[in-house]
Amino acid sequence: MSSDDVTADALATDATGDLSAPPESQDSPVERAAATTPPAVPLRVTNLKKTFGGITAVDDMSFSVESGSITGLIGPNGAGKSTTFNLISGALTPDSGTVYFNGQDITGLRPDQIATRGMVRTFQIARELPEMTVLENLMLAPKNQIGETLWRSVLPGVRGSVIEQETELREQAWETLEFFEIDHLATNEAGTLSGGQQKLLEMARALMTDPELVLLDEPMAGVNPSLERKILDRIHRLQEDGLTFLLVEHDMDVIMQHCEHVIVMHQGRLLAEGEPDTIRSNERVIEAYLGEDLE
Amino acid sequence: MGLTNSIELRELWETRRSVVLLGLFALVLCVDLLARLAGVEVGLTDSYSFGGALSLTRFGGLLWNGIVIGLIIGLAGIGLSMTYSILSFANFSHGDLLTTGAFGGWAATYIVAAVGTIELGSLLVVRAAGSVSPADIGANIVQTPFAILVGIVVAAAVTIAVALVIDRLVYKPMRDRGGIALLIASIGVALALRYIIQFIFGSRNRGVTDTTGVRVELVGISVNLHQLTLVVAAIVLMIAMHLMLQRTKLGKAMRAMADNKDLALVTGIPTERVVRATWVIGGGLAGVAGYFVVLDRGVIGFNLGWFLLLLIFAAVILGGIGSIYGAIAGGLVIGITYNVVLIWIPSDFNEAAAFALMILVLLYRPDGIFKGVTTA
Amino acid sequence: MTDDVDADKTAPSVTEAVRAATADISQPVRDVGLIVGVLFGVYALFAVFVFNQGLNSVVSTLRVVTFFIAVYAMLALALNLQWGYTGLFNIGVAGFMAVGVYTMGILAGDPAGSPPGLGLPLPFAIVAGMAAAAFVGLLTALPALRLRADYLAIVTLGISEIIRLTLNSGALNSWLIETVGIGTGAGSGMGLPSFSARGLFYVDGSTANQTALAEVVFAVTGPLGIRESVVIAWAYVFVLIVFVVGFYVLLARIGNSPFGRVLKSIREDELVASSLGKHTQLFKIKVFMLGCALMGLAGILWQGSQGFVSPNSFMPIVTFYVFVALIIGGSGSNTGSVVGAIVFVGLLFEGPRRAGGALSDALAFTANPNTSWEALTLVVSGEPLALFAYATDNISALQFVLLGVVLIVLMQKRPEGLLGHRNETAAAVPLTEQTRSIRGGESDEQ
Repeated sequence: MSSDDVTADALATDATGDLSAPPESQDSPVERAAATTPPAVPLRVTNLKKTFGGITAVDDMSFSVESGSITGLIGPNGAGKSTTFNLISGALTPDSGTVYFNGQDITGLRPDQIATRGMVRTFQIARELPEMTVLENLMLAPKNQIGETLWRSVLPGVRGSVIEQETELREQAWETLEFFEIDHLATNEAGTLSGGQQKLLEMARALMTDPELVLLDEPMAGVNPSLERKILDRIHRLQEDGLTFLLVEHDMDVIMQHCEHVIVMHQGRLLAEGEPDTIRSNERVIEAYLGEDLE
Repeated sequence: MGLTNSIELRELWETRRSVVLLGLFALVLCVDLLARLAGVEVGLTDSYSFGGALSLTRFGGLLWNGIVIGLIIGLAGIGLSMTYSILSFANFSHGDLLTTGAFGGWAATYIVAAVGTIELGSLLVVRAAGSVSPADIGANIVQTPFAILVGIVVAAAVTIAVALVIDRLVYKPMRDRGGIALLIASIGVALALRYIIQFIFGSRNRGVTDTTGVRVELVGISVNLHQLTLVVAAIVLMIAMHLMLQRTKLGKAMRAMADNKDLALVTGIPTERVVRATWVIGGGLAGVAGYFVVLDRGVIGFNLGWFLLLLIFAAVILGGIGSIYGAIAGGLVIGITYNVVLIWIPSDFNEAAAFALMILVLLYRPDGIFKGVTTA
Repeated sequence: MTDDVDADKTAPSVTEAVRAATADISQPVRDVGLIVGVLFGVYALFAVFVFNQGLNSVVSTLRVVTFFIAVYAMLALALNLQWGYTGLFNIGVAGFMAVGVYTMGILAGDPAGSPPGLGLPLPFAIVAGMAAAAFVGLLTALPALRLRADYLAIVTLGISEIIRLTLNSGALNSWLIETVGIGTGAGSGMGLPSFSARGLFYVDGSTANQTALAEVVFAVTGPLGIRESVVIAWAYVFVLIVFVVGFYVLLARIGNSPFGRVLKSIREDELVASSLGKHTQLFKIKVFMLGCALMGLAGILWQGSQGFVSPNSFMPIVTFYVFVALIIGGSGSNTGSVVGAIVFVGLLFEGPRRAGGALSDALAFTANPNTSWEALTLVVSGEPLALFAYATDNISALQFVLLGVVLIVLMQKRPEGLLGHRNETAAAVPLTEQTRSIRGGESDEQ
């Protein structure tokens, strides 16, 4: 393909709109059929749409995530990946469309309701709780903490059971920290951690909620190669334990090597969906990425 | 057509119930007002009735007073709105800038009006103590128009100087801090400034203007010349503000910064210069507004600005933070509400009503009621 | 940048573990020591001002100082729960106090009094006052806690002023008396059932008939020349101190619990808390209501002891006092709240007034200027003391200036408070490094 074509496509929104339409009619029905037939589809998204003051950030997105998989969500900058994440996790409410988690409609639920159901997210720019220690960060996360009731945390008679549960949670937190090899930072305030350490802290904290599905928003962004390997290794080990991951990533190579299934977004729409190999050779995907490079 | 309308109405009811209820309430009040003006009264119970009798003169008087105080609040609100959007904090010392202008300006007016006939000590501290009466000094628009003019200019100048000094000492070292840290610091500024003023000028509330000959008949209507002066001057200042913002480079930079600070920084707008200009304009207008409060009421006291602060906040929030035209419009709405509600409620509740209006707007239209209408 | 994750994984040495353990044990002891130390420092300062007037005067002065320290400590602790722990910027403290005090006053007031009350039992009235403050807190919280911090500030200040203006309204008062038979007293205020510790000392209120406690205490204080009324007033201050300890323990327990952990996470980043499954809105409402109830109680204990209340006691400046106390000590820390209250009352609230009085007594000024201008002309004409005389006459204005300047300097130089950055563990169990080495043993037991 010539570079002229790419620039023309990148500039003319109509043209790119045409480009993104066909894959849905061709690839999606097949993919969807494959995804919905087995029972194990924890996350299914249909026709998701969100506009901000006239700009459509996410437009008619439909996809699903298979149980036990690592699914990658990629796309050039501004493709709407983070917005999609925010819509799924409840931080934003979609204008239209539906999000199903384990078969239940969770559209428009609050983030905490969604997290309690077993879907937890991390943030693109690590959001540690800076003035709390690493251990406190982790111990915040678990569900069903009896000590989160005001009277239980205060009244003398019932505090014993709270302390018992706290001891268990502390144990679990130490284990999780050791798993991510940041246990030597346990008593440090989270705000003093380096960027990479904060990424690990966020994953560790998310795991403490005992989730089924983890939404990771660019877990490797701004991280050096050795730490990146470590993060990927942990993701795979957790996958072996039965966890499902939906991974937003800017870096195409990472996704291609580590995901079983890849969803490509471009300008708020689904551009392509499938196994890494088919995505790698998909011309529209290459164009979308090349177009960005030329910009 | 009718069907879609009713569906839309139902949707409106279901999604924005509280807004619809408020709208209905406002509508009932408007109908009641019209009924009162027409002299229609429908008894509901022994002690409550709908409508009643309200003379056009009284209503006109309330409306006029509302416009007068509304313009003052609007003038003061411009500065508060600008500092709120450009420096990103709620300035709780803005009211005390009004007080600064009031004392500075009236001291100047007194000196120009009566220096030589009255001893300087009484004039400089605006009658903090002693036996000189306002009538002895005779400061008003009829007898000493030049003194009033000087007073307005000095009010602005003094307040600008004070605002710039405060910015240099307090806010400039804190530019990178959050809005709450600055807000708390501004409470400190408010206290320090107010009580420095009290230390210098005393704690007594006292009369200032001489009102002989100020009320005149103009085309058959009784008019207070002080209020008229104030209205004219306020409108002139507002027009000048408008021209400055639309026509000058500085004005455009200020609008850009109020709109989007980060973007403005990227595009190379000289931030510190814009900040200084903000204090100059905002402080100057606040000082003039403070001077006008005394011109209108005839009384000065070290608390006058602080007591107006929440009303000014109300105006700014109503008009949308960062919008200068919004601040003016918000000031008028608050001023008119403050006076016209007296038709329905006792006078010890009108301030509470204005605050309640502000709270409702913050809860339901935090971007202001004119959001999407104004541009600056 | 992240190799440090792998590096430096040395096991904690024995000395480190010991140090961590002792730090954890002695922390409360050190905090109590700090509070008592600062308190006695302030006492010493005040004793200097009035020592020449005899022991009775010293004891009586210290009582006033301690009284204000106790009420401001309670209020600062209540605010610490809302702002320090949870980040809810409530500048309507005075309003919530007013709701508590007036509810108590109306419920417990004499039905034949002016304004008439309901004559209900006092303990019930106090609890109802707290409940009313919490309820108004709920009404505020439901819509307003969604707002940005600065908007919440303006809304709470507005509500506090609406409450004060409402209580100040003569029209409301007469309407209430006519229709319901109770009143607020409007601007002229309302009598309150007076709280006092007299009952501990006199049987049936008769000075002739002393209790056993009174006999013991008076036997000591009498020969020292301390009047019985001063002793009784001190006894009430001790009751207040018990309440301060109660507030402190309550807050410390909340802080060291999973509930408190959620509060702190809301302060740090609400979206994170909710993304981890915490219903943040519910937590905020609960904590706002509890804080308001405590503010109501503090107000009741304060105003109740004076037997009278008027809307003027609830000007916004009271709220700012509480903020200054909390900021001095460091918001987020309970020990800081108490230390802040001591420093605030000692050096900013009562101190300047006493110092001014002592100074003007000592210097016996001849000049007595009425205005700042007169003072200035006197200075120029060779009477430099005239400025001092004017300043001591207007010491209250200078005191507010000082308060403002302190607030500014604190925000600029030391926003974390005098005690510096403190981290109080947000868990019901210790979270030291050492808990890793002992946890093996614990899991064996289970």
